[in-house]
Amino acid sequence: MKKIYQSFLEAINSMEDGATIMVGGFGLVGIPENLILALVETNVKHLTVISNNCGIDDWGLGLLLKNKQIDKMIGSYVGENKEFERQVLTGELEVELVPQGTLAERIRAGGAGIPAFYTPAGVGTAIAKGKEVRQFAGKDYLLETSLKADYSLIRAAIGDKDGNLQYAKTAQNFNPMMAAAGSITIAEVEQIVETGMISPASVHTPGIYVNRLIQGKQEKRIERLTIKQEA
Amino acid sequence: MVLKQVSKVNVRENMAIRAEREIVSGSYVNLGIGMPTMVANYIQADKKVVLQSENGLLGIGRSPYANEVDPDLINAGKETVTAITGASYFSSAESFAMIRGEHLDLAILGGMEVSESGDLANWMIPGKMIKGMGGAMDIVHGAKKIVIIMDHVTKDGHPKIVKACQLPLTGKQVVDRIITDRAVIDVTSSGLILQEIARGWTVEKVIASTGAELSVSNQLVEAAF
Repeated sequence: MKKIYQSFLEAINSMEDGATIMVGGFGLVGIPENLILALVETNVKHLTVISNNCGIDDWGLGLLLKNKQIDKMIGSYVGENKEFERQVLTGELEVELVPQGTLAERIRAGGAGIPAFYTPAGVGTAIAKGKEVRQFAGKDYLLETSLKADYSLIRAAIGDKDGNLQYAKTAQNFNPMMAAAGSITIAEVEQIVETGMISPASVHTPGIYVNRLIQGKQEKRIERLTIKQEA
Repeated sequence: MVLKQVSKVNVRENMAIRAEREIVSGSYVNLGIGMPTMVANYIQADKKVVLQSENGLLGIGRSPYANEVDPDLINAGKETVTAITGASYFSSAESFAMIRGEHLDLAILGGMEVSESGDLANWMIPGKMIKGMGGAMDIVHGAKKIVIIMDHVTKDGHPKIVKACQLPLTGKQVVDRIITDRAVIDVTSSGLILQEIARGWTVEKVIASTGAELSVSNQLVEAAF
């Protein structure tokens, strides 16, 4: 049995200033909406945030930015947010841009006990600066190091009371790797079910990676609603 | 003015239709954000193609009708989509393993500059706000064939196909073919080879608007698209 929280504030209560956190999601899909809202409320500062994107101005991680809680952002695409641009230009915010596949693999490696790995992404580009290049079978690769976090805040569709998780469609994205790479992983799930309700073969994230569970209602904002008109 | 806009739309459509010919039935394909995504609208009905979206979907379907919209189902451009029968969902790590492991047959991406050795620049302009490379740096090393679809020249009329890229690179020696509004050009170990010319253009005009040396294929097709 995992500890199941009733309050989002309580679930993240132990987080201190200067923590490194991973936050699941791609765009606004699969983000732990209520845990982010609770973080804004706690006002913890000087966070290093590892997440593919940084939300939009008024939702997701954009709310933490607006509240000046982030010192450093590690992500692959941060172009949906004006406040982000402003803080980078004034030097308030440090950014490390990482190719998306490298970011996913650095997080996976972090949770999988692999300290570093070689990848072709970024060879011969600005991001190769200062990194070891090694040739395998005549092709150059960059050495990239793994990432870990003090806390991983993730979101799943269903979680059982033992912490086994299942994601919905493309809301999976970075969540499974982050679950494994966080010292304390807090899973916000849309629905908590009795253990055994998720078939073992259908578990996406085994409960071993999850420390805290909380059920939360999601708004699921849509960034780019694209609709086919009825003929 | 209106006429000019219409003709610009036609040129883009033409490029997308030409790019569609790169897609072989039975293949797995990643289409970049923006114009490459448009190519999906022109895929011929008799081709069986599986489109990959790097946020964790193999088998992108059409846009949803209003009553089908699922906020948990988007493409890499963050647009709502549907999934085809036979689609699969997976994590970002799995998605890029699929890409890096060269399991995709083709990627069609946008470009700002391509060099004569196939270097690609398509992610940032110095002095402008950096938004990030997203998955582009991984994808250029992943798919078996990389096709760039872009205008032949910049808005100011400068060549985008150049000897060496001035803009920061996305990848070195990664491009196989360039499709522009004026031509189709292959990047080979013996340099750039002009394969096709679009309607309304000549070899001379294409060479004059290209910033690198172009050899003309002896199988050159004129008015090809």
